[in-house]
Amino acid sequence: MTRTVVIGVGNSFRGDDAAGREVARRVRERVSDELEVVVCELEPTRLIDAWDGAGLALVVDAVASDAEPGTVHRFDATSDALPSREFRSSTHALGIGETIELARAIGKLPARIVVLGIEGETFGSGTELSAAAQEGVERAVEVVLEEAGCTSRR
Amino acid sequence: MSTPKRRTIKTDYLARVEGEGAMSVRLVDGKVDEVELRIFEPPRFFEALLRGRSFLEAPDITSRICGICPVAYQMSAVNAMEDVCGVEVSEPIRLLRRLLYCGEWIESHALHVYMLHAPDFLGYEGAVEMAREHPDVVQRGLSLKKTGNELMIVIGGREIHPVNVKVGGFYRAPTRKELGTLVEPLERAREAAVETVRWTAGFEFPERAVDCELVALTEPDAYAIEDGRVASDRGLDVAVDEYEQHFYEEHVARSNALHSRRTGGGTYLCGPLARYALGAERLSPLAREVAGEVGLEVPCRDAFRSIVVRGVELVYACDEALRLIAEYEEPDAPAADLEPRAGVGHGATEAPRGLLYHRYELDAEGTIIDAKIVPPTAQNQLAIEEDLRQVVDRYHELSDDELRHVCEQAIRNYDPCISCATHFLDLEIVRA
Repeated sequence: MTRTVVIGVGNSFRGDDAAGREVARRVRERVSDELEVVVCELEPTRLIDAWDGAGLALVVDAVASDAEPGTVHRFDATSDALPSREFRSSTHALGIGETIELARAIGKLPARIVVLGIEGETFGSGTELSAAAQEGVERAVEVVLEEAGCTSRR
Repeated sequence: MSTPKRRTIKTDYLARVEGEGAMSVRLVDGKVDEVELRIFEPPRFFEALLRGRSFLEAPDITSRICGICPVAYQMSAVNAMEDVCGVEVSEPIRLLRRLLYCGEWIESHALHVYMLHAPDFLGYEGAVEMAREHPDVVQRGLSLKKTGNELMIVIGGREIHPVNVKVGGFYRAPTRKELGTLVEPLERAREAAVETVRWTAGFEFPERAVDCELVALTEPDAYAIEDGRVASDRGLDVAVDEYEQHFYEEHVARSNALHSRRTGGGTYLCGPLARYALGAERLSPLAREVAGEVGLEVPCRDAFRSIVVRGVELVYACDEALRLIAEYEEPDAPAADLEPRAGVGHGATEAPRGLLYHRYELDAEGTIIDAKIVPPTAQNQLAIEEDLRQVVDRYHELSDDELRHVCEQAIRNYDPCISCATHFLDLEIVRA
């Protein structure tokens, strides 16, 4: 059986940037026995290690494009690069889009990789998610479970 | 009367540096008129945030200043707090700190050498483009970085923002067996580091030299990392608590970062070039041997060759980590007992980018009354500007795109960490 991994990415001290982490935490609560869940900051080697060899990787991150806050974007990055408008590079030199392309270049992408981006509202210092981001988190959790084909929902 | 020939070059976002900032260069009739680094990442008011907090919180709060060098912030903070409390930690704890710090050097240097800096020398837009043609090389860099991560996880609890560090020592000391799991990966990393030195030493270098004072911590018997005296290649040699008598900060309107100067007004540089100039003879035999093999001179004043020096420091960090693990004895207690007392304490360590200084004033209950943090990139900012001025003078006849590339590369030579310095990049060249 192929491995499915859910990876929540973000900084828990930068407001809605933590949305991806929150999705991963909730998925872990719901179906910890069925899915491998990783919560981490955006660090390239950690991400590549987490998804290397997986059949499916579901990566959840916060995004800042011009969409309505709380919107859940879905991108299949298995064969195409992420759009740079939604996934701008981070201050840690390699953003999620670059990390995926780096992994593609060295042959370390999973068989399938889907990225969910939750449109954030505020990215200032703080540990609270905005109401819009919280709604986005709830929707993204359902999308993750659906994509992963989980049986024990709720 | 002829109108001066003005030339403008502008880049809105400088890639492959840590954090966000901008740079502009103005030329009038082919001569450099002005060079400035601007910082537009919001000021990070960590110093103000620390006031009113417990002295015990400083390592965890300050580690949040940077995702690349959190250990540096933690170590300078604990040194300063222990200085206030008059406590010296046991030798096993000091060595465990040094081991954790080796993990951060490996992580940070591997990231900079392979992902941020090497593409400049090989003519690639970035690490992704380089990876498409040199996957094995990029894989080597990632493996090195991963070994640093593993070291951070075993000792620090996780790979970014370690949670196991406290004033006085650690919450829990690792067992000999836990550290033993790191030996094989570190031995492979040490081989990869040796290859890194040989690979980078083969790049083409423009043969330039920086002429400012080189400042680093030094220790009598070791390559300084987690402690030391503040020294320079021009004879400075003082204790950390005398730092502010010899260096001062001034605010420059264009930048959120304070600019550091030597008392008397001089420019100085800290980081790998300075450490290597002052400490090369105390590197491990293997690190010295590899540096010798590729002809890396002491001192090395060529900022472009800092990539080779980082490689030598990678060899050293792996070598030193292996030595520390082999000699490790589990401490009787993971942390020293300590009581707060009123007073002022100072702490300095060698972050991957250079000397990181902290000073705190506490009241009798251990509440922080005042905090001062001087990160390496803020100290290096003037030296970077001066170097850039010389680079533009030498290469002003290049096209705007070529000149922009040379300037960006010159900035990346210093591995600036703008997140840290904000208390610091797009690039603008104005040919006025």
